[in-house]
Amino acid sequence: MFMTQVFRIPDKWRVFFSNLLFEINKLGVDSIPLVLIISLFIGAVICIQMTINIVSPIIPSYSTGLATREILLLEFSSTMMCLILAGKVGSNIASEIGTMRVTEQIDAMDIMGINSANYIVLPKIIGFVLFVPVLCVFSMFFGLVGGWFIAEFTNMLTVETYVFGIQSFFTEWYVWYGIIKTLVFAYLITSIAAYYGYYVKGGALEVGKASTNAVVSSSILILLADVILTKLLLE
Amino acid sequence: MIKAENVSKWFDGQRILYDINATFETGKTNLIIGQSGSGKTVFMKCLIGLLQPEEGRILYDGRAIRDMNNEDRRHLRTEIGMLFQGSALFDNETVLGNVMFPLKMFSSLSHAEQLDRAHFCIERVGLTNADNKYPSEISGGMQKRVAIARAIALNPKYLFCDEPNSGLDPKTSILIDELLSDITHEYGMTTIINTHDMNSVLGIGENIVFINRGHCDWTGNDRTIFRSKSQSLNDFVFASKLFQEVKLVLERDAEAEESAK
Repeated sequence: MFMTQVFRIPDKWRVFFSNLLFEINKLGVDSIPLVLIISLFIGAVICIQMTINIVSPIIPSYSTGLATREILLLEFSSTMMCLILAGKVGSNIASEIGTMRVTEQIDAMDIMGINSANYIVLPKIIGFVLFVPVLCVFSMFFGLVGGWFIAEFTNMLTVETYVFGIQSFFTEWYVWYGIIKTLVFAYLITSIAAYYGYYVKGGALEVGKASTNAVVSSSILILLADVILTKLLLE
Repeated sequence: MIKAENVSKWFDGQRILYDINATFETGKTNLIIGQSGSGKTVFMKCLIGLLQPEEGRILYDGRAIRDMNNEDRRHLRTEIGMLFQGSALFDNETVLGNVMFPLKMFSSLSHAEQLDRAHFCIERVGLTNADNKYPSEISGGMQKRVAIARAIALNPKYLFCDEPNSGLDPKTSILIDELLSDITHEYGMTTIINTHDMNSVLGIGENIVFINRGHCDWTGNDRTIFRSKSQSLNDFVFASKLFQEVKLVLERDAEAEESAK
């Protein structure tokens, strides 16, 4: 029912596009620093872990770079990053819409004859779904840069070996696989958070609870969707 | 004119409103009064169309909400202005943005014309140098004024106000009441105000509907309210010490009149 209200033709396209740009900036562009920092450090940590743990005369040394790349492309930059973003973006959306509900801002829109679900939620869903592939690619790139830092500034492995590793046996589909997954996860994060926020009843305490519930529910559904998508896309 | 005919409302099997009949006249400040929990907010929500009464009907100038299709309801909503108890201003919009919001969504005016109209409404409610301030940066009284400016931006035929004086000091309350009364007369609107503030009742109560435990116990105006025979209304009106004093004065006057006869 909620989604049928959300996915309606906007009342005014100009207002919708203005709101869409605002949401892309708020939910997407503002998440770049978080994605960048986490990816850089996790990329570095994965590289160190791989170097320490893959010590065998029969495994080539470039496997470190290869394993770092595969972990980043297949799971970290899509699933793990979206789990982190569920906390940031999901709680932001649920608390913002929840506050609008308890302060009667949504009622004010309804009385004016505006489809409040469509006006508030649709730009958030579309904006974040459109921008999340950018975050995913950023995460992949900066994760690899994190690993490169380890090769460059420690003597655990050489830059040449690392770079050779990240270029070896490259499967382009893995990038698309990661992006497809993030699109689904972005939809889950925004729609679940919006739902919890929109139907808040009570006051500040309930807004906080809705925000927590939104993050927990979207995280569980992301993990479930991850299993299903991996089975469908990689088999 | 808005008319409520035999309006009844239930929540989870519990009856909240009992066959309420009331008429709210055009060009007058119509007040719905009653104690907290008496059902006046539910009644107002039924009048606006946010709640659907199980029995009875609401007529806007003869048009029953129940019989309207979606398009007609949508059109009706553009004719309604609403002032919420907590102002309900949009946090992420400035004062000017809030007042321009309904214009942006519903009018076919150019941006410059929308700006002119918004500035006119802001000036009409007596706000100056507040265009670029956010709701969190202005006082409660100013927020109410902005909410009134937003409510009248589309020149509505019907204006609903849910406890417009709550949280305001007596002086600001009087100013808001006077503003609502002036706007009602100036634009010939049907204004319905939900309140339990006796100052408002005496100041702007041109037509008063008293709701008690879901029943409409009395209708009248600010001149007849003290002469009512309704016990529930008298309990409500003379609840405060100030009005108990007024009651004593009225009784003394009545006795004096009797003895003079």
